Amino acid sequence: MQQDRHLVIIGNGIAGITLAQHVRRHSSMRITIISAESAVHFSRTALMYVYMGHMRLQDITPYEDWYWREHNLELVHDYVEQIDFGQKLLHLRQGQPLKYDTLVLATGSVPAFFNWPGQQLKGVQGLNSLQDLELMQQQTQGINRAVVVGGGLIGIEMAEMLQSRGIAVTMLVREKLNWQNILPWEEALLVSRHLQAHGIELLLEDELEEILQDEQGNARAVRTIKGKEIACQFVGIATGVLPNVAFLQNSVLELDRGILVNEYFETSIADVYAIGDCAQFRNPTPPAPAVEQLWYTGRQHGETLASTLLGTRTAYDRGPWFNSAKFMDIEYQTYGYVPNQLPPELDSLYWQHKSGRKAIRLVYERNTQKLTGLNLLGVRYRHDLCHHWLRQGYTLKEALAELPAANFDPEFFRKFEHEIMAQYQQRFPDQPLPEKQQQNNWWNLRSKFKLATGSKKH
Amino acid sequence: MNKTIALPYPEQAADSSLGKTAGLTLIGFGLLGLLVAAFGSGVIDPVLTGLGGITALTIGGLIYIWQRRTELSEAHQNNGAWTESATSRGAIAWVVGIVLTGFYILLYWFPDSLQGLTRAMEPLSQWLRNRPADQWFLYGTFYTLAVLVMGVHALLKYRNNRYHIIRTLSVMFFQLGFAFLLPALLLYLNQPEFYFSYFWPLKYDYLFPGTVSYLVQNGQALGVFMIFWGAVLSFLATPVLTYFYGKRWYCSWVCGCGGLAETAGDPYRHLSDKRRVAWRWEVAIIYPILGFIIITTLLLWINSWSEGRLLGELSGGFSSTYGFFIGAIFSGVIGVGFYPIMGNRVWCRFGCPMAAYLGLLQKHFSRFRITTNGGQCISCGNCSTYCEMGIDVRGYAQQGQPIIRASCVGCGICAHVCPRGVLKLENGPREGRYAASPLIKREDLNLLS
Ligand SMILES: Cc1cc2nc3c(=O)[nH]c(=O)nc-3n(C[C@H](O)[C@H](O)[C@H](O)COP(=O)(O)OP(=O)(O)OC[C@H]3O[C@@H](n4cnc5c(N)ncnc54)[C@H](O)[C@@H]3O)c2cc1C
Ligand code: SF4
Ligand code: SF4
Repeated sequence: MQQDRHLVIIGNGIAGITLAQHVRRHSSMRITIISAESAVHFSRTALMYVYMGHMRLQDITPYEDWYWREHNLELVHDYVEQIDFGQKLLHLRQGQPLKYDTLVLATGSVPAFFNWPGQQLKGVQGLNSLQDLELMQQQTQGINRAVVVGGGLIGIEMAEMLQSRGIAVTMLVREKLNWQNILPWEEALLVSRHLQAHGIELLLEDELEEILQDEQGNARAVRTIKGKEIACQFVGIATGVLPNVAFLQNSVLELDRGILVNEYFETSIADVYAIGDCAQFRNPTPPAPAVEQLWYTGRQHGETLASTLLGTRTAYDRGPWFNSAKFMDIEYQTYGYVPNQLPPELDSLYWQHKSGRKAIRLVYERNTQKLTGLNLLGVRYRHDLCHHWLRQGYTLKEALAELPAANFDPEFFRKFEHEIMAQYQQRFPDQPLPEKQQQNNWWNLRSKFKLATGSKKH
Repeated sequence: MNKTIALPYPEQAADSSLGKTAGLTLIGFGLLGLLVAAFGSGVIDPVLTGLGGITALTIGGLIYIWQRRTELSEAHQNNGAWTESATSRGAIAWVVGIVLTGFYILLYWFPDSLQGLTRAMEPLSQWLRNRPADQWFLYGTFYTLAVLVMGVHALLKYRNNRYHIIRTLSVMFFQLGFAFLLPALLLYLNQPEFYFSYFWPLKYDYLFPGTVSYLVQNGQALGVFMIFWGAVLSFLATPVLTYFYGKRWYCSWVCGCGGLAETAGDPYRHLSDKRRVAWRWEVAIIYPILGFIIITTLLLWINSWSEGRLLGELSGGFSSTYGFFIGAIFSGVIGVGFYPIMGNRVWCRFGCPMAAYLGLLQKHFSRFRITTNGGQCISCGNCSTYCEMGIDVRGYAQQGQPIIRASCVGCGICAHVCPRGVLKLENGPREGRYAASPLIKREDLNLLS
C-alpha cells in the first residue's frame, strides 16, 4: 500500500488498535483513529475490575500517552455520524469532516435488548461501555437487591460485581444451568454450584417477561415468564451483544446483523473494511460463528487485515478455537472443539476434583481417537502446546503422552494429569500409554515443535 | 445423567462484623497502651503498657485480619484496593505514612525519645539476649511482629495458591529465625551480632575491613565462619541460586526487607509507579548505588592494606555518607515510611544494591523467566497494577513475550491476579529464553527505550 494514503480507523478497541500498530510497524502512512467512547484505547474486558476497585481507569489503559505520539498515530475523540462513501468523507459530530483513502470499521458491539416492557426504566442497563460502567456505579449506589438477566460470561461478571458491593443477586438463566448453551453438563453444573456457593440465587430455565416500575419510574421488580416476581432495585441485562452498526443503517454499505465481509474483511464497498465485533462473515465455515465477539478474535482480525493493507492480501484463518474466562474464583480455558452436547461420533474423558473446583475434559472422535478439544476449569494449560496438538491432529493417546508438559499451573500446585491418564487406561486397557518420558517435558517439546519464535532481547 | 437439578438456596455468609469490631477494639487498646508506654513511662511502668499494648495489638490485628480476609472470596481479595482510603493514598494512608516516617526519624536521629518503648522491651531483651534493650532491639521486635502478623494476612489473602503460602512462610521463617532470634542468641552467647540472611552488597559493611577484623577478633572461629559465610553467599551462592531460580530466591523468599514488603507492604503493592519515566529513574539510581558500594569496599581495602597512607580519611567518609543517605534515609524513611504512598518496594526497586547485583545476574545469567501463555492475554492490566516493582507486565503479556526483567523479584503476584491464567514463573533452559509465543503477531515495539 502506498505510503501517501490516509488510513482511517473508526473504533479504538482491540481490533482497530491492533491493526494500526501492525500497519505502523511497516509503513509510515498517515493513520487516524476516531473513537467516541474514550480518548484512548482501553481494555473493555477489565471493566468489572474498575467497579470492584481493583483498578482505576488509567490502569486499564494499556499504553501511556507517549506511545501514540512516538508511533505517530493520530487519535480523534469524536463520533462519526455519517459516512459519505462516494466522496470518501467522514462527517463527525464535533470536528471538521475527514477524508480517507482507506477506511476500516471497527465499531464493536452494543448490548442486546429484546424489547421487554420496562427495559427503559431507571436501574435497567447492560454492561459494555465506559458509560455503562459509570451508570452502573451510580445506579447501584446504596441498593441491596439486583437481578441479572442472562447466565453467560457477562452475566456472571455482573453478578460478581454486584455481589462485591454486598448486593444480593438473583440470576435469570434461560438454560438448565449457567452457560449450558456452551458448556457441557458437568462443567455447567460445576459453575452453577460455584455461583450458588457464593450466595448467588439462580432461577434456571426461566426468562424475563417484564420489568415493573415504582412511582418514580425506577425498576422495582422483574416478572419472569414462569410468573415469578422478584423485587429488586437494579436489573442487569446480559443477554448478549449485537454489532454496533446503527449509524450505518441508511448507507449503501451492505449489512445483515453486522457489516458483511468476506474472509479478507472486505465489505461491499472498495477500500472499506470491517473487523472485530462489528463484522459478519458472509460464508463462515461451521462450527465457526458468523460474528466473532471476542477480544482474541478482534486482535486476530486486526493482525490479518494489517497484512492485506500492507500489500499481502491475506485470508483470515482463525486456527484452532480458544477462549478463556473466570467464573468468580474458577478460571476457565478452552481449546479446540468442545460442544455442549457431544454428538454420537464424539466422546470424552472427564475428570473432576472432589472439591468441585477443578475439571479437565478431553474430547475425541470415537472412530479415530483424534483429539478435538479440551475444557479446563481451575487448571491452566499451555495454549501453545494445545494449539499444536489440535493443528497437528493428535490422537488422544498422543496428546496424553505429552499431557504433563501442558500443565501451566503455578509452581508447587498439585497436578492431576495422572488421573486423566488412568481413566484412559481404564477405558482402553489394550492401548497402554508409554511410561513417563523425560524427553516429553515442556522445554524439549517447545524446541522440538518450534513452539516459540524469535529470540530478540527486549 | 440426571438432567433435573434442585439447587438449594444458599445460606448467607455469617455476619463477621462482630469479630471485626472486637479486633478493632483490641487494636485500639493496643495502640493506646503503646502511646502510654512511649509518653507516660514516668507515670506507669512501660513494661506493662508496652508489652500489654503489643499483645493486644497482635491479637486484635489477627482477629481483624482473619475476619476480613475470610469474608472475601479468593477472587475478591483486592476489592476496594483503589477506592479505600487506607490503600489508595487517602487520608488514612497519609496518617499511617506520617506515623511510620515519624517513627523512623525518631529511631535514627532521636532515639532518646523512644526510651519509654525501649524500656518496655527490657524483659524480652534480657530473656532473649541477656542484655539491656536498645532502640534497635525495639525496632527489630516491631519489624518481626509486622512480618509475622501481616504474614498471616498474606497467607489468608493468597490462601488458594501454594506458591504464595510456601513463599510467605519462608519470609516469616527467615525474619523470625535468621534476623531476630539467631542474632539475639549470638549476643546471649557473647558472640558478635550477625545476620546470616543478609550479605554484601546489601549489608555492605560485612565485607568492609573494619567488620572483618572485628569479627575475627571477637568471634574467633565463629567470626571466621561468619566472614566465610558472607563471602560465599555473596560470590558463590548468589550467582548459583540466581542462575537456577532468578533473584526471587532472595528477594521474595529470604530477605528481610523483601519479607516486610511482601507481608506488611502487600496491601500497598499497587501503588508502585508503572510509567516509563519511573523505569528510567530506576536504572539511573540503582546501578550507581551498586557501583558506589563496590568502589567504597575496594577503597576501604586499599586503605586498609596501605594502612591508611593511600587514601586517609576519604574512604571512611565515603562509607559513612552512604550509611546516612542510603541506609537511613532511603531504606528506612522512604523505603518503609512511604509504603502507603509510593508502594512497598521503593527501596528494593530504586535503592537496593543487592537487588541491582541480583538483577544483573537475573537478566543475563539465569534460567528464570515469566512465561506468557500463548494468545490468552486480555490486556486487563491486573498484572501490571499489582506488580510491586512497577513492571508493565501487560506490555509483554499482550504480545506473547516472556517477562525477563532485572527488577522482577519473582513475587508471583502478577501470575496470581491474572484472571486468565496467562503468566507462569518458571525456570528453563537459557536457550530460547527470550523466544515468544507464535500465536500472537508481534509488533516488536521496544517498551523501554
Ligand atoms: C464486560 C465485558 C467483558 C468481556 N470479557 C471478555 C473476555 O474475557 N474475553 C474476550 O475474549 N472477550 C471479552 N469481551 C468481549 C470483547 O471485549 C470484545 O469482543 C472486544 O472488545 C471487541 O473489540 P472491537 O475492537 O471489535 O470493538 P470495541 O472494543 O467495542 O471498540 C469499538 C469502539 O468504536 C467506537 N465507535 C463505534 N461506533 C462509532 C462511531 N460511529 N464513531 C466513533 N466511534 C465509534 C465505540 O465507541 C468503541 O469504543 C468482553 C466484553 C465486555 C463488554
Ligand atoms: S513481574 Fe510479577 S513476579 Fe515479577 S515483581 Fe512484578 S508482580 Fe512480582
Ligand atoms: S493480568 Fe493476565 S490477562 Fe490481564 S493483562 Fe496481565 S497477563 Fe493479560
